Amino acid sequence: MAAGSPLLQMERVNKHFGDLHVLQDVDLEVDPGEVVVVVGPSGSGKSTLCRTINRLEPIDDGVIRLEGRPLPDEGRALARLRSDVGMVFQQFNLFAHKSVLDNVTLGPIKVRGQSRSEAERRARELLARVGVENQAHKLPAQLSGGQQQRVAIARALAMDPKLLLFDEPTSALDPEMINEVLDVMRDLAAAGMTMIVISHEMGFARSAANRVVFMDGGRILEAAPPEEFFASPRTERAKDFLSKIISH
Amino acid sequence: MTETKTPERAQPEAITAVPVRHPGRWVAIVVLAIVAAMFVHMLLTNDAFQWQFMFDNMFRPPVLQGVRTSLTLTVLSMVIGVALGVVIAMMRLSPNPVLSGGAWLYTWFFRAVPRIVLLILFGNLGILYGSYGFGLPFDRQLGDLVGIDLNARLFSLDARTILTGFMAGLLGLALSEAAYMAEIVRAGMKAVDPGQQEAAHALGMGRGPTLRRIVLPQAMRVIVPPTGNETIAMLKDTSLVAFVPVTNELFYQLQAIGARTFQVFPMLVAACLWYLALTSVLMVGQFYVERYFSKGFGTGQEKARAQAENVAHGH
Ligand SMILES: Nc1ncnc2c1ncn2[C@@H]1O[C@H](COP(=O)(O)OP(=O)(O)OP(=O)(O)O)[C@@H](O)[C@H]1O
Ligand SMILES: [Mg+2]
Repeated sequence: MAAGSPLLQMERVNKHFGDLHVLQDVDLEVDPGEVVVVVGPSGSGKSTLCRTINRLEPIDDGVIRLEGRPLPDEGRALARLRSDVGMVFQQFNLFAHKSVLDNVTLGPIKVRGQSRSEAERRARELLARVGVENQAHKLPAQLSGGQQQRVAIARALAMDPKLLLFDEPTSALDPEMINEVLDVMRDLAAAGMTMIVISHEMGFARSAANRVVFMDGGRILEAAPPEEFFASPRTERAKDFLSKIISH
Repeated sequence: MTETKTPERAQPEAITAVPVRHPGRWVAIVVLAIVAAMFVHMLLTNDAFQWQFMFDNMFRPPVLQGVRTSLTLTVLSMVIGVALGVVIAMMRLSPNPVLSGGAWLYTWFFRAVPRIVLLILFGNLGILYGSYGFGLPFDRQLGDLVGIDLNARLFSLDARTILTGFMAGLLGLALSEAAYMAEIVRAGMKAVDPGQQEAAHALGMGRGPTLRRIVLPQAMRVIVPPTGNETIAMLKDTSLVAFVPVTNELFYQLQAIGARTFQVFPMLVAACLWYLALTSVLMVGQFYVERYFSKGFGTGQEKARAQAENVAHGH
């Protein structure tokens, strides 16, 4: 990969769910180390956009490239791609029958072929980094939502991903737990992790994002640095959207 | 709301507890007691029971051998049935239409045909071919096609050697059980939150490992209770292989004694007692297995749902 070339490129990506045109000619480039926050009204296609990037959803048309290479369709190449793109879900989706430690070591052991001792050493480091090191042997259900989401972030980090996707990581959390997760994400951003974050946490967007992308009706309508986007959105839709989320 | 302060707090009156009367209950108890007494009286006085004869005959070596055969059949057909059922359930959930279609066809056939019919059919499979060969399929036909005398049978067996009554009975029970188990396993896997699979895929795990390591283990607590019931049903259904016929099986043996001695009725009662005893042992086992698998997860509600599903699915 040549220096300065984007990590992720999406070109004229289109996707339908039956008659619904969820992604319409989406173009997006993300540079290494960049943090992109995606905002937009419900149903605008933010989650779908995110899920096409690790091909949890196939696309109908267009190209998505990671490090210059188009996404593979299936098989081993697809599995490798997915292991390079971490994903953090709104509902955490920790493996319910496995301990916190096993959640974090599963991917490295089964997908990356690491030894258990190596994987566990690394997992403990990561759990410490997200502040849940003393919960290693608990089951996910025994943790608070904020702790679970931090474990989910550690699980994604354990694969040493090139890109991390977050789909509304704090929307399912009680208010007092939102910041503990956002703090972890801010640290990651500061450490140079490339991230695409769907979130309506404006404070996070202002402090951590390089760019804010505004989606509506399956299209990317605006992409601008946060201070610019929040201060003077260019489209009426974006103005309307911002007035709604800031008013309460 | 604030409480108004009373200068002298009135002592609450002692509650005179009047037990709720249930007159209907007493009537029912009396009626049931009378019915039970009549039943016991009949058991003791009606000569048709021949208790002494029954006890003398229900533990004879051929009968005990029959118990062993029935238990072996139960275990083997459940093991094969569960293993095959898991495979069929995974096929059924596969995105490949050939696999899922084949699995659908399988469950459709084996759930639609009554077990007794299936078993007698398997008992008569010897009619189809004198021998069963293992090797290249359609070898003769292929050989004819290219004009050589090809015989790629690796080995072949006389139908009567492999399809002994026991094998026919085992095959019939196991294949039919696999169809029911496939449905149970599929219901269990569908009960697992799809987010679990997504998270595994997102880590780069393939379909197979995801099902094996993430979905199946979590499906277990839904799968286990109905599987226990299936095992108990299977033990009872082994009596059907008497019609294959499997001659060293419990029910066949008891009936044989009854037929030989013209004491049919006591031997049927003996069959009831044997099956009662054996299934009771299984039920105790089931209690402990279920308790183990619901550990950490089980809300009573979920268990009740699983059990209701199972009752609804009956054969
Ligand atoms: N698997 C699916 N099948 C059919 N329609 C779907 C599917 N997933 C999403 N959709 C539809 O696609 C549209 C976009 O959904 P998406 O989840 O991407 O929106 P979103 O921007 O993430 O919204 P939210 O803020 O509510 O999460 C919605 O109208 C949704 O109903
Ligand atoms: Mg969404």
